[in-house]
Amino acid sequence: MTDTTAQQTKPGLLAGLDWKLLGPLAALVVLLIIGSLLNENFLSSGNLLNILTRSAFIGIIAIGATFVISSGGIDLSVGSMAAFTAGVMIMLMNWMLGMTDMIWLIVVVGIMAGALIGSAAGWLNGILITRGGIEAFIVTLGTMGIYRSLVTYLADGGTLSLDREVRALYRPVYYGDIFGLPIPVLLFALAAILGWLVLNNTAFGRHVQSVGANEDVARYSAINTDRIKVYAFMIQGACVALATIVYVPRLGSASATTGVLWELEAIAAVIIGGTLLKGGYGRIGGTIAGALILTLIGNILNLTDLISNYLNGAVQGVIIIAAVFLQRGLRRKS
Amino acid sequence: MAPQTTHPAVLLSGTGLRKSYGPVEVLHGVDFEIRAGEVHALLGENGAGKSTLVKILSGLVQPSEGTIALDDKAVAFATVADAENAGIVLIHQEFNLAELRTVEENIFLGRERRKGLFLNKAAMRIEARALLDQLNCAAPVTAQVASLPVADKQMVEIAKAMSRKARVLFLDEPTAVLTKAETASLFALVARLKAEGVGIVFISHKLDEVEAIADRITVLRDGNHVTTVSADGISPDDMARMMVGRELSDFYPEMSAPSAETLLEVEEVSAPSVRRASFDLRRGEVLGFAGLQGAGRTALMEAIIGLHPIENGTLRLNGEACTFDSVAESKTNRIAYLTKDRKGKGLLLANDLVWNFSLFALDKFATPFLDRKAERAAYDAGTQAVDLRAASPKMAAGSLSGGNQQKLLLAKILEANPQIIIIDEPTRGIDVGAKAQIYGFIADLAAEGRGVIVLSSELPEIIGLSHRVVVMHNGMVTGCLTGDDINEETIMRYASGLVSERAA
Repeated sequence: MTDTTAQQTKPGLLAGLDWKLLGPLAALVVLLIIGSLLNENFLSSGNLLNILTRSAFIGIIAIGATFVISSGGIDLSVGSMAAFTAGVMIMLMNWMLGMTDMIWLIVVVGIMAGALIGSAAGWLNGILITRGGIEAFIVTLGTMGIYRSLVTYLADGGTLSLDREVRALYRPVYYGDIFGLPIPVLLFALAAILGWLVLNNTAFGRHVQSVGANEDVARYSAINTDRIKVYAFMIQGACVALATIVYVPRLGSASATTGVLWELEAIAAVIIGGTLLKGGYGRIGGTIAGALILTLIGNILNLTDLISNYLNGAVQGVIIIAAVFLQRGLRRKS
Repeated sequence: MAPQTTHPAVLLSGTGLRKSYGPVEVLHGVDFEIRAGEVHALLGENGAGKSTLVKILSGLVQPSEGTIALDDKAVAFATVADAENAGIVLIHQEFNLAELRTVEENIFLGRERRKGLFLNKAAMRIEARALLDQLNCAAPVTAQVASLPVADKQMVEIAKAMSRKARVLFLDEPTAVLTKAETASLFALVARLKAEGVGIVFISHKLDEVEAIADRITVLRDGNHVTTVSADGISPDDMARMMVGRELSDFYPEMSAPSAETLLEVEEVSAPSVRRASFDLRRGEVLGFAGLQGAGRTALMEAIIGLHPIENGTLRLNGEACTFDSVAESKTNRIAYLTKDRKGKGLLLANDLVWNFSLFALDKFATPFLDRKAERAAYDAGTQAVDLRAASPKMAAGSLSGGNQQKLLLAKILEANPQIIIIDEPTRGIDVGAKAQIYGFIADLAAEGRGVIVLSSELPEIIGLSHRVVVMHNGMVTGCLTGDDINEETIMRYASGLVSERAA
């Protein structure tokens, strides 16, 4: 009965969708223009690659977060999960030094262990949420604290450092490049393409967004909603693992402060990108733009004296609120 | 029920009330009045406009046209609170209680008794207890509402209305969730309120109850006022005739005869809210399921398709025993269920039509990447088959009219090519034209050799469509009717548990 009243909003919805795709890209372009006006070095390939490399950690994690959020969940544990994964990887690799001379094997095992720990941690979040029937916010708030304190405990309150010899061999994973493209950037691009393919072009991706839109409808439509949710959290875990695998050779250490607030940056990237926080609609392309926007703000503030670098967080905050305001406001008006 | 010698004063009246939602008018100029100390029954089929009228008179929605008068003075209720302050209280079918708060807190919500700055809990508890005692309701006043059985919740609602000193009380299907004894104490209360001069509007599908307590009857049909008559000498049969008002035969399609081959056998199945239910479905058959609200029809079907666990009993599909742990499994075995809750469980209202259409049978289009061309072609064919009228396949499903939503849901399910189709309330909230079309589709599906199960609370629909009718009451199958036994009276006798083919 009341649905006929919604008829007029139909073109508005479409306009909203278009804006969601174009909005983050437009904002990205505006920031690039501002940057280039402020500093002539801004558009140098060196600085642009630097921005892309720095975006890679948050960007890769945010790709996973796009899955979780569009399935109607939220994962607050990713920053701690990254720190814990990094800590265990470093301890494992240091420990293996006493057992084998094959450093490459140590690195490979370390990377595989990282992938395993991240995916398992994601799976655990998913299982606690679906089997335990506890809200994602609460479960991941809990695991956030658990992983954070575990890494503090493992490091005995200090820092876990990767052995020099291992780090030397592992180093190229962060600092190396292929045809001039840094490896983190390549992995970021690969994750983005894969994420886009899965979320937008497979039945699974459609199911993820349908579960987020309305879990009951999904269940009545023959979708195993629990399994979809667990998989979404596992994808998040795998993305955290990938980001951590790239992160470990950068500093070669892990401590209680590793990855602090990454969860919020990842969520911010997703939201700026136009994905709905309440679920049901996810855009990988927007998420990538969101991650780049967040890094760009820091980069631009670094390159100019106009605004203090200490206000980085404030500018990011304004951008997040403005992005969502524009998306919602435009939708409501039309 | 002493006959009134003079007409008591009219408390609340509506004149020429119209209501449109968007371009669709659902109420076409209806007059209605409630006098002090009368029980005025409001009758009509689903979609006749009863609930719209009640919502207007209780301030929940605004009329598009027409006036409301209280004590012969024109009024406009901007909100429910305005109406409640004027002594007009609506008790919904769905309760309006704060589930996590206590009984006492709910009864006094918004009008708490105070002693200085603080709540006077003792006084409120005593008063709440007294109200509930009048209703013969034993629920403790300190109990959390969520922990109460449904009947007690109903009583809390009524106690809340009484504490508000209601002058006009709307009771929307108040007995749907009550047992006989509870109904009796409710009616005793109604009699007392009547004696105190309260005007009561009684909405119920249980026509024998209407006969028992109504003083006057108003009948609505398709948004029009049909008649208002004194209830004296009006039988439930008369009421049904006034409600339906048209020849039923030409509204329903010709049905082809079912084959003797059995598709599905359900034997002694117990599940949540279902006790030892048995029935069978034949190829080419439309099997109607009748029963009152909460009789367990939906629960039984949801158990069959794997949404709820089957605790006991056997399912046999094409002669082979089977159970389904998920909707995906029953779908693979070519059983599909259309929920009655289109908006909550059937369609993703914010997503586009193609997305909704392919969701149930999405695997067909994933190889492993989605073949959008094939999906769109299937959408075009599937929606054409059900005559779905939409401005664009990209529009949101929530923007469709009720009838088109139902067609989309039907097309979505049919895309999986089920052999057994279970349709729960196939025409709830849709207009007459779309209704006739849906009936036609149901007949066609059966004629194609599928088995169709139709659950409906509209008896004419059940009678017009079904080859056989299974009736449920209180979680049990009380009868399976065929031939001349398929009539309202017989169905209602089985549905109300008066008769049963099996010993309880």
